[in-house]
Amino acid sequence: MKKALLVAECRQGRLVADYAELPGFARALGSESSMVLVGYPEELPRFDGRLHFADAREYGEYNPDVHKRLVLRAVEAERPDYVVFMHSSYGWDLAPRVAAAMRAAQVSEVSGIGDGGFVTGCCNGKMRRTVRPLTPCAVLTLRQGAFHAERGGEPRCLPLEAEKAASVQLLRYEPPAGGGIDLSRAEVVVSAGRGVGRQEHIELVRALAEALGGEVGASRPVVDAGWLEHGRQIGSTGQTVAPSLYVACGVSGAIQHVAGMKGSGFVIAINTDRDAPIAEVADLLVAADLEQFLPVLISKLRS
Amino acid sequence: MKILVCVKQVPDMEGRFNPNAAGTWFDEAGLAFRMNDYDEFAVEEAVRLKERLGGEAEVTVLSVGPDRVIETIRKAMAMGCDRGVHVRDEGAAERDPWQIASMIAGYARSRAYGLVFTGMQSLDRGSAQVGVLVAELLGLSCATTAVGFSCDGGTATVERELEGGAKAVVRLKLPALVTCQLGLNNPRYPTLPNILKAKRRELVILTPDELGIEAPLVATAGFSRHERSGACTVLEGELDGLAARVIDLLDERTAVLRRGGGR
Repeated sequence: MKKALLVAECRQGRLVADYAELPGFARALGSESSMVLVGYPEELPRFDGRLHFADAREYGEYNPDVHKRLVLRAVEAERPDYVVFMHSSYGWDLAPRVAAAMRAAQVSEVSGIGDGGFVTGCCNGKMRRTVRPLTPCAVLTLRQGAFHAERGGEPRCLPLEAEKAASVQLLRYEPPAGGGIDLSRAEVVVSAGRGVGRQEHIELVRALAEALGGEVGASRPVVDAGWLEHGRQIGSTGQTVAPSLYVACGVSGAIQHVAGMKGSGFVIAINTDRDAPIAEVADLLVAADLEQFLPVLISKLRS
Repeated sequence: MKILVCVKQVPDMEGRFNPNAAGTWFDEAGLAFRMNDYDEFAVEEAVRLKERLGGEAEVTVLSVGPDRVIETIRKAMAMGCDRGVHVRDEGAAERDPWQIASMIAGYARSRAYGLVFTGMQSLDRGSAQVGVLVAELLGLSCATTAVGFSCDGGTATVERELEGGAKAVVRLKLPALVTCQLGLNNPRYPTLPNILKAKRRELVILTPDELGIEAPLVATAGFSRHERSGACTVLEGELDGLAARVIDLLDERTAVLRRGGGR
């Protein structure tokens, strides 16, 4: 039977709940598993098996040089076929370091298993690749939400130690720049994506939101361009919304955006690109140019 | 200080992707190529650092790929990079991250860069591996997903973006490699005089073998269109009819219009 070493993570004093998808993946793969965590004794994962554990008060939360050594110690102990991280700010940062140290293959953001390899999305979610590792041990990062969460009982803790010299030092955390905008309770959200094309077109999005009695949201490129406030960003690094109606105007539907709106009720996408990945979560895709279509829709809604 | 910035040329994501004959990557026919979005932020940050440091600071831009990537190297030079390195590799699109990293590290190894910037990932392959692998191969300190950057003497301070929009402020010893997230800065548009100047800047051409390309660690076993799992209805046609259909569906499927919205 293959063996997987699962790497859980802690952030800002807490165990990150996504860890439970790691054993879910191991089950889907049909492998045995053990876990490794640099974390806190009062925040242990519910996992049936060996947990190689180092205390974050001693080894830090984000401390990649040291965490790499600790994970490699657990690798020595377990001799796994797979070392598995979540594809998170912790995982995509640490996984290649561990892979490089082992000269091991890495497959990033795995969303499925099949056809002799691991399935991963590419080209902004439009295409998918099946990737086969060519090394005896492979490092994987998992797309959030792709595998079922699975929790067990108390893990069996084994202490981990490593040298503490580090070239990277975590100084502090800063809270999100919310700006006091809370979209989480909005019944209707109309969001603007890069496809709105020009800053002036934001006014059309605003007018549609008003006509529908909703709030304006945005995808990342729109707030980065300064067309809307950062507090209106929806997605994995912004707000999570679940309105009964979500209208995505010129939003391509990058995974990071979808993560913040997939709980919405009825989803309408307005996009010139019929293949845009937003169609994956939309009930309706209106293949039209926003600049021409929105004024017509708004005037019909108002009349 | 010597600064290196690594850029990739990728297709515009709005294009229509079709698998190539081997079924291992996309067919490039009909696709328009441009600089990877994340890498524009990397170039801008490298050039800003050079401008802040003044004096002998200089920026080299490197790209691996077929001859079309020269356009992207020239764009980076028009944004302010001093010299270009083109690793001419017709097979680059299907190299794995380890191979790309081995070539970049092969170039940078003996050149004593104080800072290396890369995008945090590419829009097409999206592995988020190459930058970190280069740092590991060169023994550089490294932080990923930078949305803030400053540098002072022997250290760099990076704001890393975390889930939910929080940030972790981290300090790195130099030499260091930083992978750049969208929104790190506002990448400049090259001006016409700078575009013309860029054409006269030095562009070195190297081969993968000269840089010690390594064997791949992964193989692509399949490449296909992502089949939609949801049942999305696509509407198109003349605008009045479209708007009427949308309003009918809003009425049928949501309570939004009945609640007073739209009136």
